[in-house]
Amino acid sequence: MDSTLIPKGVKRCPIGQFAMGLGPVSVILLWGVFAMLLVWIKGLNQTNMNDNYGFALWIWADLAIIALGGGAFFTGFLRYIIGKDELKNIINYAVLVGFVCYVSAQMILGMDVGQPLRGWFIFWHANVHSMLTEVAFCLTAYLGVLIIEYVPLILENRQIDKVPFFHNLGHNMHEIMVVFAATGAFLSFFHQGSLGGVSGVLFGRPFGYREGIFIWPWTFFLFTWSAAAGGPCFTILVTKITEAITRKKLVKDNVIELLAKISGWMLATYIIAKIIDTIYWATVTAPSLGFSFKFFYSNNAFYGFWILMLEIILGGIIPAAILITDKWRKNPGLFITAIVLAVIGVCVNRWVMVLQVLAVPVMPFDSWTMYIPSWQEVATTLLPIMGGIILISLSYRYLPIFPQEKELNPLD
Amino acid sequence: MKEEGKGKNANKFGMAIDLDKCTGCGSCMVACMAENNVPFKADESNKLDSITWMRVYKLTNGKPFPNADICYLPRPCMHCGGKGDHGHSPCVSVCPATATDYSMETGIVSQIYTRCFGCRYCMAACPYHARYFNWWDPVWPAGMEKYLSPNVSARMRGVVEKCSFCFHRYQLAKDRSFVEGRREVKEDEYQTACTQACPAGAITFGDLNNPDHRIHQLVKPDPRHGGRPQNPTAFRLLERLQTNPKVYYISSKEWVRRAGDNSIKKEST
Ligand code: SF4
Ligand code: SF4
Repeated sequence: MDSTLIPKGVKRCPIGQFAMGLGPVSVILLWGVFAMLLVWIKGLNQTNMNDNYGFALWIWADLAIIALGGGAFFTGFLRYIIGKDELKNIINYAVLVGFVCYVSAQMILGMDVGQPLRGWFIFWHANVHSMLTEVAFCLTAYLGVLIIEYVPLILENRQIDKVPFFHNLGHNMHEIMVVFAATGAFLSFFHQGSLGGVSGVLFGRPFGYREGIFIWPWTFFLFTWSAAAGGPCFTILVTKITEAITRKKLVKDNVIELLAKISGWMLATYIIAKIIDTIYWATVTAPSLGFSFKFFYSNNAFYGFWILMLEIILGGIIPAAILITDKWRKNPGLFITAIVLAVIGVCVNRWVMVLQVLAVPVMPFDSWTMYIPSWQEVATTLLPIMGGIILISLSYRYLPIFPQEKELNPLD
Repeated sequence: MKEEGKGKNANKFGMAIDLDKCTGCGSCMVACMAENNVPFKADESNKLDSITWMRVYKLTNGKPFPNADICYLPRPCMHCGGKGDHGHSPCVSVCPATATDYSMETGIVSQIYTRCFGCRYCMAACPYHARYFNWWDPVWPAGMEKYLSPNVSARMRGVVEKCSFCFHRYQLAKDRSFVEGRREVKEDEYQTACTQACPAGAITFGDLNNPDHRIHQLVKPDPRHGGRPQNPTAFRLLERLQTNPKVYYISSKEWVRRAGDNSIKKEST
């Protein structure tokens, strides 16, 4: 039925099967839309956040998604600026995943603020001292760059490409993509960093507060670094999931290998920096603010030392070791384990740096604050993920996302 | 940002709360709510999402009877001056929309409700839990709307609010003094609602910069050391975080002073 839209030389499942596959995803999406309307109509009382725990699931999801979407900027940086030519075979998908991540992040932010219709005040009444201002400006500009990077892909659709104007537009956009990739890398560097700065500058919150260079706390650099390490791992993970679902090989091993190896080295160096940061914070910063390191991980029901171990050892050292060791990286089981662990590591880091920061009591007579998300929060967090799955599925079906697909899956 | 308290005619309004006198009666909380149109919630049982600009904490020394001791600690917004002498309050510096501001003229941290878009970053930054989000539409028991103060705006759902040191009273007092041809607001012309309501006289409010004001004499803030009190029985909450609060506490009990900061055990207060 839709065969005229499908790229030439590749095979896609029947439209009925495709629709059936997206059925459950659409149901969850509608559930999320219902919850979103509840949040907008009735307000944030639909969540389980409170005055002590005012940043919660959504902010975590936002930060995690943005970090994972970092695959777009870092792969673009490697492909266009450093000149790793092999990566041209995965850059489209990295851009698509990044685009989905950033749209999701904006969508979640639209729900998370108490007065969404005033969102533009952040630009109009901008406070240049606030890390969030920097995040808002860079994030919006970078989403613009991602749209510019995604549009040529849409223009490559078989039917759209037949229109000379769109064909030429797409071609010309490809030609100047290096400029946007460079702009994107620059913007992304800053907003990933500013997101790290969000907790790092909180000098009233000893768990998050970090010293640093000029106006930037260490977390500024650590966040960018970890996004550059974890983002490509997420791109690879989504590629592997797509390959598993479509039962096709879509990207050659050497491409994945190269990206994974670079991510591995990024992760290895990042985790060393993170360990140094943790030791300095535990032995110098925290005691100077009256806290012992142990305090942050005790006397509560959830935030134990295990979370630090999960982040640093399981989510950092182990995947880094696997990805930088040729023999281990070439083992498919270990490879997937490393990719999954790296993604978990980044997500745990974002959770800790935003939520544990607020859960820790600062006044000596206060107690830990705990929180369990409401169903509305869960549904609205799943909403953009479902939207992303649908967008990725449609893009895969109708756009030539994987340049190596034809070669790897010849039609007889 | 300009240097704190160095503007022309700069005042630095602050508060001293004598914990030896405070009985924990909660009058300050009630007065604050009534004065500032603080809304109710249909169900007030969950204190984690209700609004109390002035909140009284109960502190215990953790010892068993007969050595048990308790103390009540009222906590308004501290109107932090912030790190160094830059007026860099934890909450003000993070607000992306400049919806909260530090006044160089008064040292008061204000909140602009119609500009706040409810991102709650300021709440994350405030270590005192002095900021409250309007999770619910404001509710006043039937008939009570008639008693709302016309000088304080009622806040809508989705914005953050907090104690303003009854700033509207300062404006009224300033207007009066200007009309009378004076440039200075007298000490008793501008007092917060909680100060007036405290039956034990535990709260003192005034200009920390003015040596004639009682608060100055009580705590003797040392400007060379970020406003630290020279009075040995006075302290500020979480002093070592360098939030530079303008609310001082006075207590003759060492365990209370110690509870005011996360002092490492062996340190003396
Ligand atoms: S107590 Fe909290 S809200 Fe008040 S000025 Fe200090 S940081 Fe801001
Ligand atoms: S909640 Fe309002 S006052 Fe607080 S940081 Fe956000 S915009 Fe500023």
